[in-house]
Amino acid sequence: MASWGEASESRLIGKRVTRLSGKDKVTGKAKYTFDINEPGMLYGRILRSETAHATVLGIDLSEAEALPGVKAVIPIIEVGNKLRYQGQEIAAVAADTDDIAKDAIRLIHVDLEELPSVVTEADAMAADAPQIREDWAGNQSEPNVREDGDINAGFTEAAVEVEATYHTPVQTHVCLETHGHVAKWEDEQNLTVWASTQGVFGVRNDFAQHFELPANQVRVITEHMGGGFGSKFGPGIEGRTAVELARITGKAVKLMLTRKDEHLVAGNRPSMTQQVRAGATSDGRLIAYDMKGYGTGGISSGAGFTGPYVYHVPNSRAERVNVAVNAGNQRAMRAPGHPQGAFAMDSLMDELAEKLGMDPVEFRRINDPNEVRQAQYTLGAQEIGWHRRNHVPGSGTGVKKRGMGLGSGQWGGGGGRGTEARVTINADGTVEAVTGTQDIGTGIRTVIAMIVAEEFGLDITDVRVNVGDSQPGLPSGGSGGSQTTPSVAPVIKTAAAAAKQKLFERIAPLLEAPVGDLRVGTGTIYVVSDRTKTITWKQAAGQLGMDSISEGGTWDEELRQNGAAGTQFAEVEVDTQTGALRVIKIVAVQDCGLAINRLTTESQINGGVIMGLGQAILEERFMDPETGRMLNANLEDYKVPGTFEIPEIQSIVFDTHRKVTGVGEPPCIPTPGAIANAVYNAIGVRIRSLPITPDKILDALAEKA
Amino acid sequence: MPEKEKKQGTNISRRNFLKGVGTGTVAATVAPSVLIGSEKAADAQVDDAVANATIQLNINGKSYQIEVEARTTLLTVLRDGIDTSGSNIDLTGAKLICDRGECGGCTVMVDGKAVYACMMLAIDAQGKEITTVEGLAEGDDLHPVQDAFIQHDALMCGFCTPGFIVSSAALLNENASPTLEEIKVGLSGNTCRCGTYPFIFDAVKTASRKM
Repeated sequence: MASWGEASESRLIGKRVTRLSGKDKVTGKAKYTFDINEPGMLYGRILRSETAHATVLGIDLSEAEALPGVKAVIPIIEVGNKLRYQGQEIAAVAADTDDIAKDAIRLIHVDLEELPSVVTEADAMAADAPQIREDWAGNQSEPNVREDGDINAGFTEAAVEVEATYHTPVQTHVCLETHGHVAKWEDEQNLTVWASTQGVFGVRNDFAQHFELPANQVRVITEHMGGGFGSKFGPGIEGRTAVELARITGKAVKLMLTRKDEHLVAGNRPSMTQQVRAGATSDGRLIAYDMKGYGTGGISSGAGFTGPYVYHVPNSRAERVNVAVNAGNQRAMRAPGHPQGAFAMDSLMDELAEKLGMDPVEFRRINDPNEVRQAQYTLGAQEIGWHRRNHVPGSGTGVKKRGMGLGSGQWGGGGGRGTEARVTINADGTVEAVTGTQDIGTGIRTVIAMIVAEEFGLDITDVRVNVGDSQPGLPSGGSGGSQTTPSVAPVIKTAAAAAKQKLFERIAPLLEAPVGDLRVGTGTIYVVSDRTKTITWKQAAGQLGMDSISEGGTWDEELRQNGAAGTQFAEVEVDTQTGALRVIKIVAVQDCGLAINRLTTESQINGGVIMGLGQAILEERFMDPETGRMLNANLEDYKVPGTFEIPEIQSIVFDTHRKVTGVGEPPCIPTPGAIANAVYNAIGVRIRSLPITPDKILDALAEKA
Repeated sequence: MPEKEKKQGTNISRRNFLKGVGTGTVAATVAPSVLIGSEKAADAQVDDAVANATIQLNINGKSYQIEVEARTTLLTVLRDGIDTSGSNIDLTGAKLICDRGECGGCTVMVDGKAVYACMMLAIDAQGKEITTVEGLAEGDDLHPVQDAFIQHDALMCGFCTPGFIVSSAALLNENASPTLEEIKVGLSGNTCRCGTYPFIFDAVKTASRKM
């Protein structure tokens, strides 16, 4: 049975290893799609709708075409079709410089007939709202209903009840490298595209299909990528447009979205509003849960969220609908549906605990069936100093009041089949590992090198890792669902083991020992039964003469595990005069099985907490109901966490077994709930709507007083 | 603590610029009257004449001759500029992220001070020493900030990293041993979305001890 071996035997696996791409990234040498400069390259731009809902009556490209430096102008939407949100594509240009492309966009004239639009959930759900999707009755989807047990019986048994409405707004991904591509036709049948994507092979297959090319004649390259968070799986209209502009002009075309485009059309986390009624028994058992909720994913659907979440409720009913508005489509965003649902559930848990007069940790212990989290509650409470919390919420004295709270999360992250990889040993002792996954900043490149280096007794810098390129023809899935490491690592491990076995077979006669007695040392291979028999790695590889050893791997389920439990404790300080909220400390206890690289795992946990903190206290897409436009489609008014918001973060890698589980998404889930509960513990007033901003805090305090 | 200049005022008006570049190519091209914040793409005015001019910039100790428009930013020159000999400048370490002086992704040093290259016109950078992230290391010897960023894993996707590296180096130029609060103030003009801040703070502290 395959295994990662014992921790005591590992030289690299489970240790803190700095990443292979570090030097390129700190010196500016790392080339992202945005940095590709091909000779004679043109710059693409897209004209987008500023109107939320309209019919296109005409598009006049002639003035743009006449501008010197403009090489191509193409319509994207057909006359007669409808524009259904601000940012929707109308036409595109390619020009010698980006500034000329910008000028040309302004010379395209579009005739529109404006139609009534709705951009907020409330307006879309109003009785007299204009219908914006022809395929739905009204602006709401059919409800999705899930029932478990008997809620009426549950409520009869309940000793306490809470009824509340929780809300989280639409958030945008804010990838710092905007979505974009550099497209270059090598000839009429061979296409190369640099893509800022989470899925090299998915993008390749899309282009092949759309442009009717053999898949093996489309090459997609993503050497480095500036953030995706779930929003970068397909090429999108902008990718196809870049390829089309390159086809027409015969030149390479770079087309990156603008910052504004990125907010409008490159995906978002749907909103959530839920009305929930829940009950618990006098001995602290969650017994009944009845929820009705809705959210918007823009003009599309997909606004799901979890509920009930994590904790066991024997009797529950949950009804959710999608609300359509005239705004850009949602896309998966880091643990889709979970942070919203977790914020509501953990707020509800604390409200019930208070009615029962119970410690919030104790109430969770009773209702959480997950054993890993049970242990995490103990550790987290100890690390934050849970005993220091206000036993009566809001009971602290002074203007600045402190409080503590906790939240929980659960994710899968067990990986899956579909990765092909090769590990090659050359006769000069050099080693290569190749697979079609992509390093989106999570550090998979380094993880691959660590696995191979551990297997061969080498340093990670001895392993040349080739990822982010479809050309070697070794497919791997998209980097989503926290699946990359659990999907890729087992295949690399088995490929390296197979290559090592082949090398042992070649050198066993030389060492006059059975293959089974050979072991790798550090840069050596020796005979376990007679340690005087040893040769260096280089000498061993030299036995290959003119050959190389190159082996593929298989996805071995024994090397990975599904299920990542997490708990976070927050301490906050609220200035009751200004409403200013400062998060002081977060203790994040995160299960991820075997953390192959502890250093980059800690980075991921920090990152998840900070994204969760942004959702908790800063981030919200504002839509103007009058104009149908987003009011904060920039980085000044759409706030993401900066240095001043960063609390002390204690990221605890809570490894309970030696199988690999992904950790990209889970750490962002518990944060908003933990912070919201800490705010309540500080001021004794509950804020049920994210983000928790100073105005909401002051309003809540005023209402209490 | 260093003050990041968000906006660099140009002392050359567009009219003076046109008069002053007698040796440059004065080409009749067009540019819109509103460069930033134009919301209505369809009805923008395109009526204002600008000129191309050849300027000289000192970047990472090397001199470049580049033809620019009045509106060309320093960032555009670094990333997309082609010098008069026809070769790409190709210094793509500095990134355009927010395009309005908010995120620090384009931070470079101008005469030793951290500056947003997206907010500085190329013509205003003449006669100044420009240092980009590519110019911080001396040969194979990385700047202590660069070493510390690698050691602490103060980067994930790495897209904001060049800006943070330059800002951190500029901060340490002015304050050799900053406190955590001073580091937060010094780097407050830079944004990271992956959430690398805690390790960035550690890295700057480590670098300050080594400098």
